[in-house]
Amino acid sequence: MPTSSTPRGRVGIQVRITKTIQQIMAGLCALLFASLTFAAVTTVANYDYPIKDRFAATVVGTPEEYQATLPKDIPFKGRSIVIFPERVTPDVFFYGHELLYSVALQDDEAPLIFLIAGTGASHNGSKNTNMARAFYQAGFHVVSISSPTYNNFVIAASKTGVVGHAERDAEDIYRVFEMIWAELEDKIRVSSFNVTGYSLGAFNAAFVSKLDEERKAFNFKRVLLINPPVSLYNSISLLDRMTQDIPGGVNNFDKFVDKLMRAYTSTYEDSADAGGEDFLYKTYKALNLQDEELAALIGTSFRVSSASLVFTSDVMADYGYIKPKGLVLNRYSNLQTYNDVSLRLGFTDYYHEFFYPYYKAEYPSMTRDEFISSMSLTSIEGYLKNSKKITMMGNADDVILEPGEIEFFPRVFGDRATIYPYGGHCGNMDYRDNVAHMIATFTEGGMQ
Amino acid sequence: MKSILHLTLTPILALALGACSSGPQPQEQAANYPEPVFTAKRLLPPEKDNLDDLTPVYDPWEGMNKRIYNFNYHFDKAVFLPVVRGYETVVPQVGRTGISNFFNNFDDLLTALNSALQLKPKKFFQSTGRVIVNSTVGLFGLVDVASAMEIPRPMEDFGQTLGFWGVGQGPYLVIPFLGPSNLRDGLGKLPDTYVQSTVRSELLSDPVDLTTTLLYPIDARANTSFRYYENGSAFEYQMVRWLYSTKRKLDVDQ
Repeated sequence: MPTSSTPRGRVGIQVRITKTIQQIMAGLCALLFASLTFAAVTTVANYDYPIKDRFAATVVGTPEEYQATLPKDIPFKGRSIVIFPERVTPDVFFYGHELLYSVALQDDEAPLIFLIAGTGASHNGSKNTNMARAFYQAGFHVVSISSPTYNNFVIAASKTGVVGHAERDAEDIYRVFEMIWAELEDKIRVSSFNVTGYSLGAFNAAFVSKLDEERKAFNFKRVLLINPPVSLYNSISLLDRMTQDIPGGVNNFDKFVDKLMRAYTSTYEDSADAGGEDFLYKTYKALNLQDEELAALIGTSFRVSSASLVFTSDVMADYGYIKPKGLVLNRYSNLQTYNDVSLRLGFTDYYHEFFYPYYKAEYPSMTRDEFISSMSLTSIEGYLKNSKKITMMGNADDVILEPGEIEFFPRVFGDRATIYPYGGHCGNMDYRDNVAHMIATFTEGGMQ
Repeated sequence: MKSILHLTLTPILALALGACSSGPQPQEQAANYPEPVFTAKRLLPPEKDNLDDLTPVYDPWEGMNKRIYNFNYHFDKAVFLPVVRGYETVVPQVGRTGISNFFNNFDDLLTALNSALQLKPKKFFQSTGRVIVNSTVGLFGLVDVASAMEIPRPMEDFGQTLGFWGVGQGPYLVIPFLGPSNLRDGLGKLPDTYVQSTVRSELLSDPVDLTTTLLYPIDARANTSFRYYENGSAFEYQMVRWLYSTKRKLDVDQ
């Protein structure tokens, strides 16, 4: 430290040098961190997806001019099926007895592809719909189902109601596939069965494929995992932490959303424009949102899904997590308190206080941490390594992966893993190169 | 009237479910059930004790509203949507677009009137211009020439006019057949509907007028993507209530 006798100029220089060193160190650390996170995997070269910010890509997706050109009008039709005829659906979910799904069927013999949606997403959400368009155009029969974490799936098709369990969810999905196929069997001619999914749906697809090796109802020809998490708990923790980016915390949810909505409506003149193709992109550009705010948005979106899921699971299993055990709710019951409470609980809370206690009797030799961390692709690493039919595509800057987690894929899948440099979490799924990649995965070596 | 069905469930709006962040305790909780793992007492901040003050949407008629909401769902499923599917099968896309344009032209007329009542010249001239262009060049409104000419399409109704002059939304109200509204907007429908139907019956011969009266709700439903209980939320009633109220608040502020 300079003493009082040191001339002023020298102090200035010393401070400046110290600052410069600090900056260099900070820069080095950032580089080091970045190299740990991203550069350790080989990514696709000459990739022109336009949004380089990982959070913005996740929120905004792909601007229209960069999207693959797909037919708007395909016969993508909503269907429903009763999975558990004996089940007495709780009155508060009276609308959910039948599982909703969608199909787009070819007239002639064709390969069939099952699509599994991501966390909290439905069979006819925008991502599954766009995939359906792409695969239908490429000549596939398409069967699209909601995520096992989607309210309707939990009510109609989850055996326990307590979802998020790698193997149990796969069994539920497999049952759904078999029952849907039983309805289609006489109507269409199928040359092969295939399966894909994004995000949690990709994770599900991996376990469904493994189950198929035992059950052999479909003998899947190819399986594609799009932006899968490695460890469910790690990804959920990351998403839970993003809600902390809400300015003022979760209790200021309302104010944060209100602010965004006001800013958003100021970006369009005509309220009929709201929800137009590119409105998220326009809003993002107009608002100049910072990464923290974008992260808060992602966290909020995930929290809204998980709040709904947690309440649905609690009612279906009558566990007593946020609803008193034994209390019967009906369609007219006031659910406001459950809404409030569930929005303040992370998905990690669900894992610790509901999911683990619910399943622990079946896993007496495992500790809580061991059990929770077993919900991971690493638990079937050997299968993934040796199963040539499974490929994956991911993004080096995926926001739901811990630093370094992306390396799991090239290590285990080898050249069956394709890592794009950008796209965040699923932001580049509609980008033309990615869509072409998805289709090529299933058509290489001819359509059968 | 279309605006009442015009719930734009965009992703950002859907995020806004978060704002339904407080409300009255269910009375059932008082009964003798074991306490769940997480309770409101444990999680909600103490300043939110007085839940009534913080209920994001004033809904004193919730019991009745929920019953009407439930009725609307069943009506939608059993009658409205099947009729819309039939309409979409029988009338080709080009015809349906023409019919939508025709009704939009009458909505534009209402926007012009309500913009005048709110002293908003820009919106008044835009919507008046649209009506003039579409009623003439656009063949009685069947062709939307104005949009092709990039004349913006603002939306104003009498509910917004009342809001502009300081009338609050009042209690939330689910209207049979129509869906979410509030006392102010519900009453605001009366003059809007009166003006529209009077103008229509003046201009059109009786059989055509009757046909349009029947087609109006079908066209409105066909252009509304909302489907009951298909948005994945276990808390749909609260979500729709909050979205509707917020959208109307923002519409009035525009």
